[in-house]
Amino acid sequence: MKLLVCISKTPDTTSKIAFTEGNTKFDENGVQWIINPYDEWYALVRAIEIKEQDPAATIHLVTVGEADAEPIIRKALALGGDEAIRINMQSNDSFVVASQIAAIAKEGAYDLILTGKETIDYNSACIGSMLSGLLDLPFVSLANHMVLNGNTASVKREIEGGEETCELTLPAIVSCQKGMAEQRIPNMRGIMAARTKPLKVVEPIAVQATTSIKTYDLPPAKSGVKLVASDNVDELVRLLKEEAKAF
Amino acid sequence: MVLIYIDQAEQQIKKSSLEAISYGAALAKQLGVSAEGILLGTVTDDLAGLGKYGLQKLHQVSDANLNHFDAKLFTQVLTEAAKAANASVLVFAHNLNGKAIAPAVAVKLNAGIVTGANSLPDTSNGFTVTKTVFSGKAFAQINIDTPVKVISINQNCFGVHMQEGTCALEALSMAIPAASIKVTATHKVDGEVPLTEANIVVSGGRGLKGPENWGIIEDLAKVLGAATACSRPVSDSDWRPHHEHVGQTGVQVAPNLYIAVGISGAIQHLAGVNRSKTIVVINKDPEAPFFKAADYGIVGDAFEVVPALTAAIQKSKA
Ligand SMILES: Cc1cc2nc3c(=O)[nH]c(=O)nc-3n(C[C@H](O)[C@H](O)[C@H](O)COP(=O)(O)OP(=O)(O)OC[C@H]3O[C@@H](n4cnc5c(N)ncnc54)[C@H](O)[C@@H]3O)c2cc1C
Repeated sequence: MKLLVCISKTPDTTSKIAFTEGNTKFDENGVQWIINPYDEWYALVRAIEIKEQDPAATIHLVTVGEADAEPIIRKALALGGDEAIRINMQSNDSFVVASQIAAIAKEGAYDLILTGKETIDYNSACIGSMLSGLLDLPFVSLANHMVLNGNTASVKREIEGGEETCELTLPAIVSCQKGMAEQRIPNMRGIMAARTKPLKVVEPIAVQATTSIKTYDLPPAKSGVKLVASDNVDELVRLLKEEAKAF
Repeated sequence: MVLIYIDQAEQQIKKSSLEAISYGAALAKQLGVSAEGILLGTVTDDLAGLGKYGLQKLHQVSDANLNHFDAKLFTQVLTEAAKAANASVLVFAHNLNGKAIAPAVAVKLNAGIVTGANSLPDTSNGFTVTKTVFSGKAFAQINIDTPVKVISINQNCFGVHMQEGTCALEALSMAIPAASIKVTATHKVDGEVPLTEANIVVSGGRGLKGPENWGIIEDLAKVLGAATACSRPVSDSDWRPHHEHVGQTGVQVAPNLYIAVGISGAIQHLAGVNRSKTIVVINKDPEAPFFKAADYGIVGDAFEVVPALTAAIQKSKA
């Protein structure tokens, strides 16, 4: 069983979001970087669990990023990846990123490619779906449970108001969300082992971007809260009805 | 031509698709082209009636094999349909199925895509779409630089708009490729309002002390026809199911009204809810950070305020 887990570097969830260069660039000043939580907590940990049940399985990690992505890749290796591939480029265009990963995926002949459901910076939820288009593979998105049985997988995915179970034959791509696995913390042995695990750097393939970022904006600040006394809920109902027209 | 993907489940068109039609129709008008739809499978809805949302023509591939969603198969069929119809812009709802297929279809059509758009694109000079980024902490204006374009729109950001009109129907016949997955079970929670489709959301946090106290949240949700949600520690402690967890690492919602009860308003929680039109916060701590992000607030004990609020709403509706 060969597993490929896509790892993205994102700002820590407590980061204050600001922009520079005339609001055209994310201000990285003082930002702490983390593994995108969906990639780490759900996709990677599920892959590690699979390997724990099937020691012959191998887990490769892939990230599209520059050298500053290496600390988070080492952390992912410390959690349990076997080796990592970093495609040496930075891009905000999902198609460019997915094309780089697809090139690696084709070479590696993986049985299962796992992604997080989306990244917490661009929230595009594009990479898994694009990989399925580029590689012509079955894709289950927003999965919260997955069991493997030989070369088939049984996967549960979220649907409106419930969930759906489906079966498919590998190779396939699955995007992972809450429920798939539980967050883990790397232990000392993992951290030591990660230092010597292979981290291969490859140069990107040539791909034309399909989108470009024009500007960023911050949302307008709220004008201030209107407080209502706790013994006057009728007034809140009136405000919600007449002023906010909320129901 | 603007081609709108019409998503269905259990042979019913989803509300998010009616919003996508309204959006696609407005975009078609802006571009001076026609607004057409593509529906896979069979539904029980009145299809000619989709004209009321601005749809001029509906292409339907009415093969029962398409009544179960299958991302790879749907991507193949939609790609063929978009090519046959010569679509210049494709519109999807950024809902669960839209997220699964819109980017794959974009790849197949060599089209640039923006997912999670909040408003109509600016087409005065190029094609620029505004979307939420950093989980609601900012917006980005993104140019799509390819001839064919794909947009998926965030739910509840455009609204469903009605007008006069009927929709012409056109059967589209094509060879349907083999299914790539087999759906073996569907589990739905009866009577529950799906969180991402809800107009009103009532959400509870750790301030409620334990799962046994959720009755007051459910009662309030019931009188409002609202969906229920919760903060992350609440679902992590299994007080509530995972699919109710909202925030930066859970579901992002943007209802007309979000009522937060006993939730402190941590930055990761706010990120998932701050696009809600109106936010009401009920918290016993006047210093709770959530009040800074709220429109209305009550400083008080949830166990007293919430039942009183439920009764007051019930009274106002009587
Ligand atoms: C990487 C990361 C990702 C995260 N992602 C998310 C996320 O997606 N969503 C999320 O929600 N959190 C997320 N968190 C957690 C977040 O930081 C907060 O810890 C969490 O939101 C707090 O939940 P809470 O408000 O329910 O609980 P608390 O912070 O404990 O707040 C409870 C509130 O209830 C009030 N209260 C207590 N008793 C009463 C009463 N009787 N009546 C009224 N009010 C009362 C208190 O005053 C307090 O404000 C994340 C954290 C990290 C580190």
